[in-house]
Amino acid sequence: MGSTPSLPAWEIRNLAHTTGFTSEQIEILHRRFLHLTDGKATMSKDCFDNIPDLESNPIKSRIVNAFFDQRNLGLQSVGTIDEITFENFLTTLSFFQHMGENHTKEDLEYYKTEKLQFLFRMYDINGDGKITLEELREIIDDLLSKTSNTEKTSSSIADAAMMEAANICGGQMEPDQQYDGITFNDFLQIMQDLKIETKMHVRFLNMDTSAICK
Amino acid sequence: MGRDRSGCVARSALLTALVLLLCCPVAGNTAEQESHTEHGDSHGSNDTSFHIVTFRWEHVQAPYVIALWILVASLGKVVFHLSEKVTNVVPESALLIVLGLILGGIVWAADHTASFTLTPTVFFFYLLPPIVLDAGYFMPNRHFFGNLGTILMYAVIGTVWNAATTGLSLYGVFKSGIMGDLDAGLLEFLLFGSLIAAVDPVAVLAVFEEVHVNEVLFIIVFGESLLNDAVTVVLYNVFKSFVEVGAENVEGLDYFKGIVSFFVVSLGGTAVGILFAFILSLITRFTKHVRVIEPGFVFIISYLSYLTAEMLSLSAILAITFCGICCQKYVKANLCEQSITTVRYAMKMLASGAETIIFMFLGISAVDTEKWTWNTAFILLTLVFISVYRIIGVILQTWILNHYRVVQLEIIDQVVMSYGGLRGAVAFALVVLLEGQHVHVKQLFVSTTIIVVYFTVIIQGLTIKPLVNWLKVKRSQQREPLLNEKLHGRAFDHILSAIEDISGQIGHNYLRDKWTNFDRKYLSKIMMRKSAQLSRDKILSVFRELNLKDAISYVSEGERKGSLAFIRSSSDVNVDFTGPRHSVVDSSVSAVLRESTSEVCLDMQAVENRAKSPKDREEIVTHHMLQQHLYKPRKRYRLNYSRHKLVRSDGEKQDKEIFQRTMKKRLDHFKPTKLGNNYTTKFKNMKKERAAKKKHSNAVPNGKLSTHSVSFQVKDSEAEDPSDGGINFLITPADNGSDEISAGIENPSFSVEEDQSGFQMIPPWVSNEETVIPSQRARLQIPRSPTNFRRLTPLQLSSRSIDSFLLADISDEHPLSFLPESSM
Repeated sequence: MGSTPSLPAWEIRNLAHTTGFTSEQIEILHRRFLHLTDGKATMSKDCFDNIPDLESNPIKSRIVNAFFDQRNLGLQSVGTIDEITFENFLTTLSFFQHMGENHTKEDLEYYKTEKLQFLFRMYDINGDGKITLEELREIIDDLLSKTSNTEKTSSSIADAAMMEAANICGGQMEPDQQYDGITFNDFLQIMQDLKIETKMHVRFLNMDTSAICK
Repeated sequence: MGRDRSGCVARSALLTALVLLLCCPVAGNTAEQESHTEHGDSHGSNDTSFHIVTFRWEHVQAPYVIALWILVASLGKVVFHLSEKVTNVVPESALLIVLGLILGGIVWAADHTASFTLTPTVFFFYLLPPIVLDAGYFMPNRHFFGNLGTILMYAVIGTVWNAATTGLSLYGVFKSGIMGDLDAGLLEFLLFGSLIAAVDPVAVLAVFEEVHVNEVLFIIVFGESLLNDAVTVVLYNVFKSFVEVGAENVEGLDYFKGIVSFFVVSLGGTAVGILFAFILSLITRFTKHVRVIEPGFVFIISYLSYLTAEMLSLSAILAITFCGICCQKYVKANLCEQSITTVRYAMKMLASGAETIIFMFLGISAVDTEKWTWNTAFILLTLVFISVYRIIGVILQTWILNHYRVVQLEIIDQVVMSYGGLRGAVAFALVVLLEGQHVHVKQLFVSTTIIVVYFTVIIQGLTIKPLVNWLKVKRSQQREPLLNEKLHGRAFDHILSAIEDISGQIGHNYLRDKWTNFDRKYLSKIMMRKSAQLSRDKILSVFRELNLKDAISYVSEGERKGSLAFIRSSSDVNVDFTGPRHSVVDSSVSAVLRESTSEVCLDMQAVENRAKSPKDREEIVTHHMLQQHLYKPRKRYRLNYSRHKLVRSDGEKQDKEIFQRTMKKRLDHFKPTKLGNNYTTKFKNMKKERAAKKKHSNAVPNGKLSTHSVSFQVKDSEAEDPSDGGINFLITPADNGSDEISAGIENPSFSVEEDQSGFQMIPPWVSNEETVIPSQRARLQIPRSPTNFRRLTPLQLSSRSIDSFLLADISDEHPLSFLPESSM
């Protein structure tokens, strides 16, 4: 792939500034981007079909959608766009960056919230700010697709999970009271014990591994 | 203070008594032997006649002494734990060493021989394997493999560094002449360095399990102590053979061979372990019909892996560790719940026992004047060097590792890591194995090793807890994972591996994803039972546990208004009792022991502590409630001894008691509101009536009953397939009609209601209408009111039960004394 056009230096510097990647990483990711798009400057959802390893991922479509979700790209509107640029691609990936040690506490808290936002949006498909029972059931369906075949199971797991969430966030519920969805604040509360900052990250190497990884 | 002292006095008195008790057979041993022979001589003519009783001490001596020692060690442990204060401050291992020293001293004073020492054979063949197997089998795999790189670094580089620097520094000091005249060269010092360098798994486990540091820190120190075995073995063997052939005969090629042998020993040991884990998993897949010996396979095959590796002179510790690590998933999926509990307890018992014996014998072994050679400079410098180089090594390696690690190892972690570098029985056994004719300073090495072991286990063991507290090291949090956390954790895994796929990186997640796929596609298919394959999803299992809890709370508080899940889907049965794993009900103990991935559950201590946590107590209480409310029906007499089949003993006595208590509670509950003063007579009427009813019910064929009874029950009797080795869920499927009914609902208050109204003389199951016991849930949803419950009164208690329940009400103090004979 020696002939791939590389990004101009100023753009790399810009991107490095906005996304926090190092310039080596950006170059590698750019090469990867071009590899996936077959050299085009924008990427559509089809491009993700070129990744064989992704096929076995039960929540593939959600992850792919997250790349096209306008909320993740810093746009205010809800919904997805059809094509993303390399900058968009990087922005999404930057959610998975490792937070360095030399940040203030507020910064870390901010990054943590950002990461959780990303996750939350992945669940909250319609963008109403709540994970409803239906949405929860869908994702559980996806997650269980490999091992379980009963629809009943996933819906009752969703029930249980929802109830658990309701218990954590709203205390004991009255039976006639409806808990209509997990809001982002509730989500934060549920996830507070999960050390998201240590879990939700991918190490972006400075080394090009695209030769090994198809 | 005063109380403390009296406590101490009491303890020491107890200890002395114990010691005396034990020493009698040991000390009196020789005297008895003599008198025995004398006896035989003087009555030589009578020898041919038949003796009614003969005293044959020699006949049983060896096993007897061993059993006694084990007993002492265990009793010692019991005594230590009488006081929480002592065990909170002093680690058990240190106490055991001291106990060993005292016992050894007494035996030595009485006998003037140190006949009991920790021999390498016993240690390596019998005491070490259970401990290491336990460690491997309960290894939190995800943490272990997640930190594998770090662990390997410390285990390999760190151990080599420690060995080399300690050996060389000691040699350097020796050259300067401070140590005086020792008959040793560079190789001897390196040999000593290599055996003293390794952090000891037994000591680390013993001390760290009481400290409860966070998982990452624990797994790093502990993993290091396990994996450094290969390095130790190779270094030890290499230098030992070098010493034997003599320094002048060592060629360059030998060094090269040494390096090659490191890879062979470590990778070979691992391969042997994995191979045996494969065999073990495969075997447990087919043990469905021999449930009783099922747990045995786990131990035998793991032990074989250890011996095989030992036979091939590979790293045996690595072999058995990896055997445990690799088989755990499949074994846990294949074995039935009881076998898993058996394996768990047996393994903990063996490991804990072996550990106890090791530390006590480490104490005893020191009492042997022949072993001791004192060389202040050598011993002190060894202590200094191993501590200093450990610290330097940890700091250097952590500095390198932190460039690659996500979760940085902080200064505090490094302090604990360097301080946790305990030396133990492995070093001792290795040094005893040295041959005096080649290593002329063996005595000194042995003495030094003993001092080092004592120093690290006692001094560092004593101080590490305050240190950890003082440094505020992150502790491990022990709690059950929430369903949501499990769900999101699973989602994480997929998201992360997808991101790695998309961005074209190869990382942990990529590898883990590939491995999971491989495992699902091939390994699990080969090594797991069909039924287990379906249900091994973690989300499902957490869900089942939660469901169980739900069910328990529902059953125990029938009248409580239903909670969300049950309201939401009232149309179908929510509690999936027919789940393929049948793990729905654990006894409270196994629930406490239930392992979860979120925690390192390598030690009994933690298990015990967990049992004390309020949440678990609550859980136990709920389990207990469950037992109270839905105990099993009285069983007909059944032969309950069989070598091949485990008959569940119902603990009838206990059931009775629970029963009485339940009845009494109900009665009390009912008394003030409904009955007034004359309830006893009412109950007597009731009793008669019930006796009559019972006749009816016995006449009713069983099959008809189960069709009428709750979906819950029907499902349950399906679940009770004998081939699944049955957990009796709540109600054992009825073997006779009356039992089944009585399992349905037992609430005297409502039957009294019935009595009063004189309504419904014909039991519902006799009439052919669609009456009927509503389903479990229906019952729960119906508010508890007399009118509703009138229909639910198929109360069927045996006359005996009623007697006991009446009696229980009369006499609170001695409920058991009124029990019918049969239950005694």
